[in-house]
Amino acid sequence: MSSDAIIRISGLSKDYQTAAGAVPALENISLSISPGEFVAVMGPSGSGKSTFMNLLGCLDIPTGGSYFLNGTDVRTLDKDQLARLRNSVIGFVFQGFNLLPRASLLDNVALPLVYAGVGRSERIRRAQEMLDKVGLGKFSTSLPSRISGGQQQRVAIARALINHPRLVLADEPTGNLDTRTSQEIMSLFTALNRDEGITVVLVTHEADIATYANRLVRFVDGHLAHDGAVDHELLGAHA
Amino acid sequence: MISPMLSEAWSAMSANRLRTFLTMLGMMIGVGAVILMLAIGQGAQYLVDKSISSMGSNLFIILSGSSTSGGLRMGGGASPTLTVADAQAIAELPSVAAVAPSASGTAQMVYGPNNWSTQVIGTLPSYLEVRDWELAAGYPFTDSDVRSATRVALLGQTVVKNLFGDEDPVGKTIRIKQSPYQVVGVLAMKGQSLDGRDQDDSVLIPVTTAQRKLFGTQFQGSVRMIMAQAASADAMPAAERAINQLLRQRHRIKEGAESDFTVRNLTALANTAAETTRVMSLMLGAIASISLLVGGIGIMNIMLVSVTERTREIGIRVAIGARQRDILLQFLLEAIIISIVGCLVGVGLGIGGAVLVNKITETAVVITLSSVIMAFMVAAAVGVFFGFYPARKAARLEPIEALRYQ
Repeated sequence: MSSDAIIRISGLSKDYQTAAGAVPALENISLSISPGEFVAVMGPSGSGKSTFMNLLGCLDIPTGGSYFLNGTDVRTLDKDQLARLRNSVIGFVFQGFNLLPRASLLDNVALPLVYAGVGRSERIRRAQEMLDKVGLGKFSTSLPSRISGGQQQRVAIARALINHPRLVLADEPTGNLDTRTSQEIMSLFTALNRDEGITVVLVTHEADIATYANRLVRFVDGHLAHDGAVDHELLGAHA
Repeated sequence: MISPMLSEAWSAMSANRLRTFLTMLGMMIGVGAVILMLAIGQGAQYLVDKSISSMGSNLFIILSGSSTSGGLRMGGGASPTLTVADAQAIAELPSVAAVAPSASGTAQMVYGPNNWSTQVIGTLPSYLEVRDWELAAGYPFTDSDVRSATRVALLGQTVVKNLFGDEDPVGKTIRIKQSPYQVVGVLAMKGQSLDGRDQDDSVLIPVTTAQRKLFGTQFQGSVRMIMAQAASADAMPAAERAINQLLRQRHRIKEGAESDFTVRNLTALANTAAETTRVMSLMLGAIASISLLVGGIGIMNIMLVSVTERTREIGIRVAIGARQRDILLQFLLEAIIISIVGCLVGVGLGIGGAVLVNKITETAVVITLSSVIMAFMVAAAVGVFFGFYPARKAARLEPIEALRYQ
């Protein structure tokens, strides 16, 4: 475990309270991710990978263990401090794109800057730049419903990147896309990781998507079942 | 921070135009009703206040005649027991500022080709003081006119209009019951009395002239009533006691026997009327306020629906870095905009409605700046109050729950 890891987790666990008592979703997870890594998270449904991503994204609070994000102990932060951390360190990409339907593409991309307190002209300039970068600069005034799914995901990626995050968390980003579009999106992630050194953690259940990563984490029943190189035989066996 | 929130509020509101309009309509009707009702209530109050001040302040009216005479109950003024001398004695009381006896009746008067029947009041020059009545032109008659029972007259505006038209009456001679009277002055416009009588339709002449030359009386120097003005509002109870005591003494009425006169506190009656209108005006406002409350509940209802509908959007915003107060402010702003825009239109509706009521029914309406400002403040407060709960509900949503919401 290197001390300058962007993500450092030890003994992490998460229980959910149900009528039948506490149900563990994650148990005793320890791992560390260094800046510039490209990590694929896999596992069958119910294995805890979504819970894991929510904890990584500071959207949920662990019930046990410790989590240091970018050197900060997440468990010591209040809600507003968590919001600030999400805004400045993390970029989110979701399976369902999650763009605001009534806002233009430009406003969607600029949204994180609103909460970061960036002025209007600066917001517009940076959002336009980011849209140009994902190849959708000329659609800046369109609404999300006017463009295709692949294009929407590009906009979502532009939104995730606008505030220069060190970490991008992607939850099945290609889950709603066809194969060809998926490949385009994945090469975008690869470029970000390779050219800009952004750490990417990506949840997927598709083996060929996982092969873009350089590290594979697999969850089974709330436990860490595999953490290491992208093992093509392993992928093949579980695909 | 505010400018992107304003544009977001605008886009959220314009996405559901009909719904936003209907929510605003609740506020419009509420504010409009409050302003209209206040305008009508204050209009009524204005009329009452005007007739009270036209009557004169701190006023007593003393009527002659006992309430009962043997077994027969008589009305006030049934027998002529009051005299000018009584009035002069009352005027000596320290708690009384001015006194005016009046011997009145109706008489026909003529000027040139015009004639007119009106109330003629025989009184003293102090009558003008007691009634707070100014002269519009000329001079009042004097004590020496009273002493020598001169045929002089002060005309009310209605009389002037009917006898003289546009001509200047001062210095002219009119005939009252065939006798010539010189018009020495014209009374200022007084308007309606509390009971709706036209106070300008009257003529003032010296009391002696009325008694000896115009009406004639059974008993020398008797008058039907005396008006007395107390020195101040605080002096009124003392003045009432003193007048009663003095008159019983002068009329030699034994202890325990009934008085042969009645003292009425006109100002107390008037104040009761004013109080009644004030309560009516308050009640109108209160009833209208209920519609404002209902409008507020409408806002709360719609904002709750809006929060539920936009749960996912809230989740996205929170994930991206919105703090609780960003979300709170966003929804609160929307509620406030709805209530303030609704209020602005409502103020217009209320004022328009008041003008319309005034035009159609000729009811007096008074719109004061303070009632408009009050309605506006209440509307803003309603927006904050009823917008706060839904906004807080939005702000407290758990991000993962909100993101999972379909």
